[in-house]
Amino acid sequence: MDCLILKEGFPLLSFLIFFPLAGAVVMFFFSGERFARWWTLAVTTVEAVVSIPLITGFDTTTVKYQFAEMHTWIPQWHINYILGVDGISILLVLLSTLIMPFCVLASWRYIKTRVTQFMICLLIMQVSMVGLFVALDFMLFWVFWEFMLIPMYLLIAVWGGPRKEYASIKFFIYTMAGSVFLLVAIIALYLKNGSFFIPDMMWQNYSTTFQILVFLAFFLAFAIKVPMFPFHTWLPAAHVEAPTAGSVILASVLLKMGTYGMLRFCLPITPEATFTLAPYILWLSIAGIMYGGFTALAQHDMKKLVAYSSVGHMGFVTLGIFILNSRGVEGAIMQMINHGVTTGALFLCVGMIYERTHSRELRLATGVGKYMPWYVTFLAFFSLSSFGFPGTNSFIGEFLVLAGTFDVNKPLALAAIPGTVLAAAYMLRMLQKIIWGGTDNPDQSYLKDLGFREIITLAPFLFFVFWIGLGPQPFIDLMHTSVVNLLQQLNDWQQQANVAAIILQ
Amino acid sequence: MAILPELTLLSAAVAFFGLSLSKQLDGVQTRNTAVAFGIVTFICSLITLNDQGSVFMGAYRVDLFSQFFKLVISMGLVFVLIAGQNLKDIELEIRPEYYMFLFLSCLGLMSLVSSVELITLFVSLELSSFALYLMVPMRSDRKGLRMQMEAGIKYILFGVFATGCMLYGMSYIYGLTGTTYLTDIVTGLQKVSSQPAAFFAVVMVLAGFFYKLAIFPMHFWVPDIYQGASNETTAFVATVPKLGAVALLIRFVILLPGHADILVGLLMVLAICSMFYGNLCALVQTDVKRMLGYSGIAHAGFILLGLLTLKVSGYATVMYYIAGYVFMNIACYMVLANVSANGENLEISDLNGLHRRQPMLAFVLAVGLFALAGIPPMVGFMGEFMFLAGALREGHIVLVTLAAVNAGIAIYYYLLVIKAAYTADPEERPSVEIDGLTRFTGVLLVLIILLMGAFPSKIIAFAGTAVQTIM
Repeated sequence: MDCLILKEGFPLLSFLIFFPLAGAVVMFFFSGERFARWWTLAVTTVEAVVSIPLITGFDTTTVKYQFAEMHTWIPQWHINYILGVDGISILLVLLSTLIMPFCVLASWRYIKTRVTQFMICLLIMQVSMVGLFVALDFMLFWVFWEFMLIPMYLLIAVWGGPRKEYASIKFFIYTMAGSVFLLVAIIALYLKNGSFFIPDMMWQNYSTTFQILVFLAFFLAFAIKVPMFPFHTWLPAAHVEAPTAGSVILASVLLKMGTYGMLRFCLPITPEATFTLAPYILWLSIAGIMYGGFTALAQHDMKKLVAYSSVGHMGFVTLGIFILNSRGVEGAIMQMINHGVTTGALFLCVGMIYERTHSRELRLATGVGKYMPWYVTFLAFFSLSSFGFPGTNSFIGEFLVLAGTFDVNKPLALAAIPGTVLAAAYMLRMLQKIIWGGTDNPDQSYLKDLGFREIITLAPFLFFVFWIGLGPQPFIDLMHTSVVNLLQQLNDWQQQANVAAIILQ
Repeated sequence: MAILPELTLLSAAVAFFGLSLSKQLDGVQTRNTAVAFGIVTFICSLITLNDQGSVFMGAYRVDLFSQFFKLVISMGLVFVLIAGQNLKDIELEIRPEYYMFLFLSCLGLMSLVSSVELITLFVSLELSSFALYLMVPMRSDRKGLRMQMEAGIKYILFGVFATGCMLYGMSYIYGLTGTTYLTDIVTGLQKVSSQPAAFFAVVMVLAGFFYKLAIFPMHFWVPDIYQGASNETTAFVATVPKLGAVALLIRFVILLPGHADILVGLLMVLAICSMFYGNLCALVQTDVKRMLGYSGIAHAGFILLGLLTLKVSGYATVMYYIAGYVFMNIACYMVLANVSANGENLEISDLNGLHRRQPMLAFVLAVGLFALAGIPPMVGFMGEFMFLAGALREGHIVLVTLAAVNAGIAIYYYLLVIKAAYTADPEERPSVEIDGLTRFTGVLLVLIILLMGAFPSKIIAFAGTAVQTIM
């Protein structure tokens, strides 16, 4: 337990987890759509503001888990309530707290039926998102990991589009089926270590078979969540049917849970299996990048286009993680954040068009640039960011990942390059159609440009697009120590294993 | 005064016998009397929770183990009474009899968990079973299908068969040890533990309880009886009697000193068969009660996972889980009993759009089903997790993997019901009115399901101490 820096005084992380829950409970006793909207906005805003001290109080020089809290929970099974953040999780925690007020704003008029229940679902969702990223006990992690399915299922199933039943059931069953073996793996690890404390499970000398099995159980669960090709089929369905806020949460935070799991668990708990299986996963990532790019190119539905682009972008993240050098991993974490910002914003943009035209068909949304100048300005910047235009945030992430890949494996890096070209192709195609279109544009003169609320919703995303794009250093500083330490230990472990192998010979 | 809860139940049965003689019956009054008796029983169980003692020449023992079960039985009884308070499908003239048999059945169960002697045990079991056999055909005969008669006859025939197995096993035990007291049987069986007859005898007795718990291959009665009995009766049959079965399974599994490997192997096979059979059959059901019946078979398989560890922690988990199971199921049946307009059986499609017709019931149903499906932080998940962890600790990796696969299968049919309640269009279906008591009970059940799941350690510790008292 000496890897924790316990927080004295105010339990900040617990507050971040349970404050939205309290907010949701309050809503059970009040009705009224107006109240529900304003109350949820207030709760999520307070949550976002309260999470700021995480950054200001974060010590970038230590690899220990900070703001830690520890309480016993189920002593019979050595399950404890342990929380903490380090360089790997801090940005993700902030991403999930900061994005929520904008999800509420985006649902302001989009959600017309049963607003109170919708807002309760959003708040419950926030509980499990924050909890998952700060949990340092594997059972606690698992509880949030599984529980998250319920609010997300309801968000899609109740407020979704025409095929919501199919999409929501597919989402639920796919994710649940992937993670049942994760539970078995967690229990197996507990029986080896006698504790569910995650850092205790890392860097142990498990046998090769055990590592491979555990890794596969981890990988199945996390790859479905990411989603990696070929486990991605639930994603387009879920994205297309989900309401805007659901899509944003799904894209910005939920997908990151998979890659976060890989970084937090696969690498340190099963290093040997990681080295053995990394080459396959790298090529799977490349396949995902190419597949996502080509399918996005063929889409007529804007939401589907963005959804498939997610598959490609997340391919870059897994590529960066399993290339196993500091540029790659830092690039991967940056890319996780960037994807959260950019794709979240793109889904918001699609949602805004949908609110006006009630269609996501690309050909019905052509030529809106003339009537919605503000809108297309935002859209243009987010699209440029999406394919990694220099000066925007995604450029930093993709560049780091590619640079890291070039250091290790040139063919692999070359294979990833067409993916970035494809990204430019499908994004520019969408942009061209929406802004200018052709000679046969439908009549768009009834469209109103963005209102004040919508500009407020999009502006912060744009701010982060440029901040990360032009000055990424503060973000990289936050994670650098933890990433370097992770890779250092991975290296040490490999050398030890090599020495052991030589001695055995 | 250690048998206060039993005495209350007995007086309740007598009172309803008296009431059944009266000509002028008031449905509301009858119901209120029943609920009041139920609550008094619960309070008595609470008072006597820590009592110890033994009556009837040591044949009947009151200890922490029995009192734990009595407490849960009385809670289950109160919830069943409130969940099925309208008794839509039971005619007014026979409601007092219905309640009388309900209380008698509970009395049988309570004395079952206290019995430590074979004859007492047998009499208690029959008391609880025969009352149920009579309650099943009491459903009014709609459409002249006589479905309830078919169910009643099936219930009796299967029940008598299972009882026969058990009696046969008991006769062997008596023959081998010369006693009917469980404490003496333990020592007696140790002397003959190498003989296959000892193993055979215990397994035959276990078979009788497998029947009650609906474990493969003693499960055949479940779907038909669930379907044929009225919603309120099914709510009882599906929940409270399983407590008695589990209590006695624990008592008897502890008995067997030798042959542990064979017993574990047998239980393992039965667990796997029950889980797969229950889950796969549940996938294709359209009648909600049948689906819950098959899911109950699967859950019984999970319970064996805890028993076959043959450890105190395993038994404690079983006790925790079965208590949670009772509450999860009653939550579901409460919704069914209220949604069903005239007491008819419900198809899954009859629940369509329940969230618009009655949001409260839809919420209770969702919590109950998600809990049964094993989603954290609800009680079903915690129990499932502890079963898996306990079995894996004993090295049953294959069993645990298959159980995990089953947890994945099960989610589908629970989701189908939730999907109907939350996403489907209600179309012409009327909204459902519920009274304050049902509302309150619904919230209470949801809270119990959530809190038992989030804070299991106290209950597990308590159950562990309770099991130690009978070891």
